[in-house]
Amino acid sequence: MNNVVILPVVIPLITGIVLILAKKNLNLQRSLSVLSFAALIVAAGRLVHLAATEGIQTLYLGSWVPPFGIVLVADMFASLLVLTAGIVSLACLLYSFSAIDKDRESYFYYPLVQFIVAGVCGSFLTGDIFNLFVFFEVMLIASYALISLGGEKRQLRESLKYVLVNIISSVMFVMAVAYLYATLGTLNMADLSLRVAAVGQEGIVTVIAILFMIVFSLKSALFLYYWLPGSYSAPPAPIAALFGGLLTKVGIYALFRSFTLIFYHQPEVTHQLLAWLAGLTMVLGVLGAVAHWDVRKILAYNIVVAVGFIVFGLAVSSSTALSGAIYYLLHDMIIKALLFLLGGSMIAVAGTGQLRKMGGLIKRYPVLGWMFFIGALALAGIPPLSGFIGKLLLIQGGLEQGLYWLVAVSLGTSLLVLYSMLKIFMNGFWGEEKNHQAQGNGSITRHLVPCGFLVALAVGLGLGAEWVIPYIQIATETLLNPELYIQAVLKE
Amino acid sequence: MEILMSIVVGVLFTVGTYLVLTKSLLRIILGTAVLSHGVHLLLLTMAGLKTGAPPLLGEQAGSYTDPLPQALILTAIVISFGVTAFFFVLAYRSYQQLGTDDMEKLRGNDDE
Repeated sequence: MNNVVILPVVIPLITGIVLILAKKNLNLQRSLSVLSFAALIVAAGRLVHLAATEGIQTLYLGSWVPPFGIVLVADMFASLLVLTAGIVSLACLLYSFSAIDKDRESYFYYPLVQFIVAGVCGSFLTGDIFNLFVFFEVMLIASYALISLGGEKRQLRESLKYVLVNIISSVMFVMAVAYLYATLGTLNMADLSLRVAAVGQEGIVTVIAILFMIVFSLKSALFLYYWLPGSYSAPPAPIAALFGGLLTKVGIYALFRSFTLIFYHQPEVTHQLLAWLAGLTMVLGVLGAVAHWDVRKILAYNIVVAVGFIVFGLAVSSSTALSGAIYYLLHDMIIKALLFLLGGSMIAVAGTGQLRKMGGLIKRYPVLGWMFFIGALALAGIPPLSGFIGKLLLIQGGLEQGLYWLVAVSLGTSLLVLYSMLKIFMNGFWGEEKNHQAQGNGSITRHLVPCGFLVALAVGLGLGAEWVIPYIQIATETLLNPELYIQAVLKE
Repeated sequence: MEILMSIVVGVLFTVGTYLVLTKSLLRIILGTAVLSHGVHLLLLTMAGLKTGAPPLLGEQAGSYTDPLPQALILTAIVISFGVTAFFFVLAYRSYQQLGTDDMEKLRGNDDE
């Protein structure tokens, strides 16, 4: 029992409510939001420390002992994700001070950001599968509002699709929960894991597992990603960065949790399927990234590719591959937010998102250009930046398990990812300046501070791998040994 | 009773799917509402429709109905109510802004 576990959920939730009351006072809203995320990062750091020194932390809400009540569980995997989510959202928040227009700001932008983060942290920390659904909805409703905030034509059109796809996947989520409760009679994840282990994962349980796989694939854009590029390129840069950094990662987290903790007994069915989905996601995602000429579309398709990479680690499920997947997941949260923020700055200075209409930005904005270059290299996995170690471990794990075709696909994909990022760099930053770029708004100096912070983090995560790896190994150990999780939750 | 409920759930799912696949935005929203009703009924049915006493533990606690599915349904209904309300507002706003509620015509080019 440890009360720190609930802080990452409660801090943004309460701050969000307070911010609604302070609608008129924008300065107060800004400073309170920053304070809230700073407190969130401190709490998450404490959780990571506790998970490293004292093992998995739990909190029984209302002192209802599991499997009857809702339990919050902070193992190393969840704590690391909460910490990264806090850092990414703080960077997006700082960026939005100078990038979000007054209209959006005064219509509850900051409270919505707080709610989205509360939902994300809640999904990471919960140990109950229905509560996971509830936190998913908290996060999704805030994201519906954020994606349509501003009401431009393009935003409305894309948010219609986004809302529809997510409602249908939520309906399927409840359906899967209903079947699960009917079959096993519990919803606590640790208890579920015990019962699946007891009755064996046959027939109906595997079907339920695949239903969950479909739901989480829709949410995390694994193979069923068709809604993503349109919706994520519609809202302004800080919102898109927040979505790209956090929302799909929650779906991935749910996949990891359910297929390492609960449904791990028939890897020849479920994990085989995950391997195929991961391969297809990588190929189709990278084709989209290579084909488009719009900065936001290219970045959005790169989210899809990264989902394929991470799930590749889950499909292999060996110790090396899982470490690689976790490392890549943390790296990807940071780098995706960074690239969306930099892409937003590019569009702000060039006045357009179309690569064919921009060029020569590096002459006037060298810092932006070089930061984008570092981000692109980190995304493609060039050593010594942060993407490299994750990819190395993933590929090593894939080779150990003899999944040569998947390794080949991921290596080929990496090259194409690099090509798509360099396409942005060459067309946007090199070459001749186009005349109409004067239309763009020239002041982006304040944008560069949070971006610089994220670049430093990406470089640090690559160079400082020695300090990060021990934490990731603890996280991997919990994922590989469900007994640790079950012990921590059910016994105390 | 469970079999009858399963058939009702099936009919609701059929109707919901049909409505979601139509072009008109209003029908799509009604379709999602019907779908979520179907799934709520499924949630209730799946735990078994026992005819026990209300779930209050007292001196003479005999067989009682499982309260958990009802708690789950309550949460799910509230959520789907909120989401449907939001979807209606969103649809109305986009009808004003885009001038159509036909999903086919909403497909535009990306440069606006």
